[in-house]
Amino acid sequence: MADEKTVHLKIRRQDGPLKPRYWQEFNVPYQPGMNVITCLEEIRKNPVTAQGKPVAPVVWECSCLEEVCGACSMRINGTPQQSCSALIDNIGRALTLEPIDTFPVVRDLIVDRDEMFRNLIRVKAWVPVDGTYDLGPGPRQVAKEQSWMYVLSRCMTCGCCTDACPQVNDRHEFIGPAILSQVRLFNAHPTGKMHSHERMEAIMGPGGIVECGNAQNCVKVCPKEIPLTQSISELGRDTLAYGIKRFFTKPDVEM
Amino acid sequence: MAEKRIIIVGGGLAGLMAAVTACEQGASVDLISYVAVRRSHSVCAQGGINGAVNTMGEGDSPEFHFDDTVYGGDFLANQPMVRDMCYDAPKMIYLLDRMGVTFNRTAEGLLDFRRFGGTLFNRTAFAGATTGQQLIYALDEQVRRYESLGKVRKFEHHSFQGLVLDEAGNCRGITLTDTQTMKTEALLADAVAMCTGGIGLLYAKHTNSVVCTASAASRCYQQGVWYGNGEFIQIHPTAIPGTDKCRLISESVRGEGGRVWVPKNPADERQGVDIPPDERWYFLEERYPAYGNLVPRDIASRELFDVCVNEKMGVGGGWMVYLDVSHLDDNFLRARLGGVLEIYEKFMGEDPYHNPMKVFPAMHYTMGGLYIGYGSETNKKDELPADWAQYKHMSNIPGLFVGGEADYQYHGANRLGANSLLSCLWAGRVIGPEAVKYLDNTDLPELPDSVPAKFVKEQDQAFDSVRAMNGKLNPHHLQQELVDNMTMFCSVVRKNDELTKLDALLDDLLDRWGNCALSDKAVSTNQEMLFIRELKDRLLLAKVIVRGAINRNESRGAHFKPDYPERNDEQWLKSTIAQFDGDRSPKFSYEDVDISLIKPRLRSYKTASHGGKEAQDDSK
Repeated sequence: MADEKTVHLKIRRQDGPLKPRYWQEFNVPYQPGMNVITCLEEIRKNPVTAQGKPVAPVVWECSCLEEVCGACSMRINGTPQQSCSALIDNIGRALTLEPIDTFPVVRDLIVDRDEMFRNLIRVKAWVPVDGTYDLGPGPRQVAKEQSWMYVLSRCMTCGCCTDACPQVNDRHEFIGPAILSQVRLFNAHPTGKMHSHERMEAIMGPGGIVECGNAQNCVKVCPKEIPLTQSISELGRDTLAYGIKRFFTKPDVEM
Repeated sequence: MAEKRIIIVGGGLAGLMAAVTACEQGASVDLISYVAVRRSHSVCAQGGINGAVNTMGEGDSPEFHFDDTVYGGDFLANQPMVRDMCYDAPKMIYLLDRMGVTFNRTAEGLLDFRRFGGTLFNRTAFAGATTGQQLIYALDEQVRRYESLGKVRKFEHHSFQGLVLDEAGNCRGITLTDTQTMKTEALLADAVAMCTGGIGLLYAKHTNSVVCTASAASRCYQQGVWYGNGEFIQIHPTAIPGTDKCRLISESVRGEGGRVWVPKNPADERQGVDIPPDERWYFLEERYPAYGNLVPRDIASRELFDVCVNEKMGVGGGWMVYLDVSHLDDNFLRARLGGVLEIYEKFMGEDPYHNPMKVFPAMHYTMGGLYIGYGSETNKKDELPADWAQYKHMSNIPGLFVGGEADYQYHGANRLGANSLLSCLWAGRVIGPEAVKYLDNTDLPELPDSVPAKFVKEQDQAFDSVRAMNGKLNPHHLQQELVDNMTMFCSVVRKNDELTKLDALLDDLLDRWGNCALSDKAVSTNQEMLFIRELKDRLLLAKVIVRGAINRNESRGAHFKPDYPERNDEQWLKSTIAQFDGDRSPKFSYEDVDISLIKPRLRSYKTASHGGKEAQDDSK
């Protein structure tokens, strides 16, 4: 078990999609300032379990290691988070690692989050520019507006909120908090606003905003402290207003 | 008319911008990336992007930006393309603004700009302190829009393995491995763009993402693409050490007023904040009155190194200096530097708003990279394809384009801060139309199936031989030995005797590489198998860097040899070109630098540069 000089890890493993799950335990040397990534790197350097059995090294996904890319999400002691910023000095020396398996597991701690990117297409999460040729400066923006939009635009599509959400499961097709928050972001942009009806239509269908059960788990796990529940409740109001207007006009009319 | 298809390897800023501009020209794009493109290393760029928009009433202009960039690069950059990039920079910033990047704003709702190193102007547009992340998101979204229209096919979680070349030596496609199924296939297109980023994994103390493996650049080099200026490696002065990597503390911290200092008494045990101003040594401000804390990175890193290593004046006598913003207003800091201060807070567990941060240099960027041209005259003309000069950003292999950190142009011997996002975007903007033009002008004979099959078979065999590896060594231990020694002997200060020993060590590591063991026998998602092959790629590329550094007996920009402390234009105003010899040792030749626009002059940041404000004031 964990002592002064070691970190003990219990890791949920799976050799491939739809393969059985199993657990393995590892001890790695403790170093001051180390994070969960370093623990996994240590296992790679010496892939032997705590019981002394040589095994295949644990695989995981990571990239920037400074919590801006969103790649290294995993459940650490039950909570979905970024493993790069999970410092052993803060979270203790006995750890349980699991994949965020709201998404399909690829292998060990790696999951397939492509669904999130497909959902970003579904809600048209972009500002449709006319072209990359020189059309002069963009629209002026109030500094205060910019600063809250910046907070929303820091979403890394890491999937922690989706993993924590009880409404994303086999029975529901909820697109999840991150995607809805992006809708709010693009609907607020001066140019994005011109096409907000397309995004509203997309989130008013099945799997859209009405699927939110207001459990508020998302906002608690978001590594970037994005006010996801606030985004969802504002969008809720907007879709209601949009729905009423749509009732009295043609669906394609700009609003 | 045949479908115009371009393969772009790498989904960072350069690759995404190339995809957008290629689509706009009517081409279809196959986009290959090791990770989801939204997670590419460009997200790590913090401080901003340069463009002489001159909204601050300072009289800045693209011409000054051009001069600062060439001067900052110690005159090793080929000048015409730098000029074009700087003149286009304001337009690109406006374009990104139109795409929805949440750039910081002035009171009037205009784009805000701040200071960065190597210039006296407020020239850097920024989105908090995660500008790279914001730029990549905007382009990722534009590419997703083209994806929804069927113009872009993404191959994420795929690893580039090599080029498919026809008998005449034209690039006709690539081989790539699905990192989940581990199957290798060929993908064909008559134009391929490598936008594969940097080579951080050659160094121990680096700020790069773990996907910056150097493998793609090395594979191209091993297949005959020239590699330029390999020895020019940027060491960023301010990073925080970690057990897995170093984390950058952006130059924008100094741009916004952050100051670098050490206690006058290195044995001072008080916390930084408790040391009174007259007991602090602001060594950069003292040594460089004109630029102060905003000297270019090569100079700042050398000074930090000098103060800590030679003078033993680092904090507590160690390798550490203070980077201090505690004199600045909290709200100001949060709005403009929140993202980077958050990194310090999260990873160091200390409050950077009220206590000076502890930082030290770390490897950050490669100025060198794969060889490309820009339609300029060159003394290497006889060795290049006949129509090479017609296509900007094309390598010495017809049909193969390169852009972003992966190419060797624009930054000379030292890159200025906030010019990397710029050069990536600019390269993408050039490559899209140039690749389409190449396709329009080129009519290659049909490629027999046997050609791609041969290249796939080569890759399959290489993987098979890794699968059969049954030695005693763990490849991660060899990797550690490589990066520790590169950091120690081929970074801030370079000495020929140490470099020669390092070169011999690389040979030794290449020998020992054959004695590795493959610890993972899995058929799918086998990261170890990829790692072992990438490690060999790194060792071969390290030879280019180290031998190039041995050859260059002068000091220029980031390449500093105390035994040859001066820049030597007579002998060394030339780019290094390395060619793979088929085994280990690169063959070197040299290319004249295009200095047709700005005459080289002595580089010193003790006084304001000719391109800076003073010169302009004089002219009034």
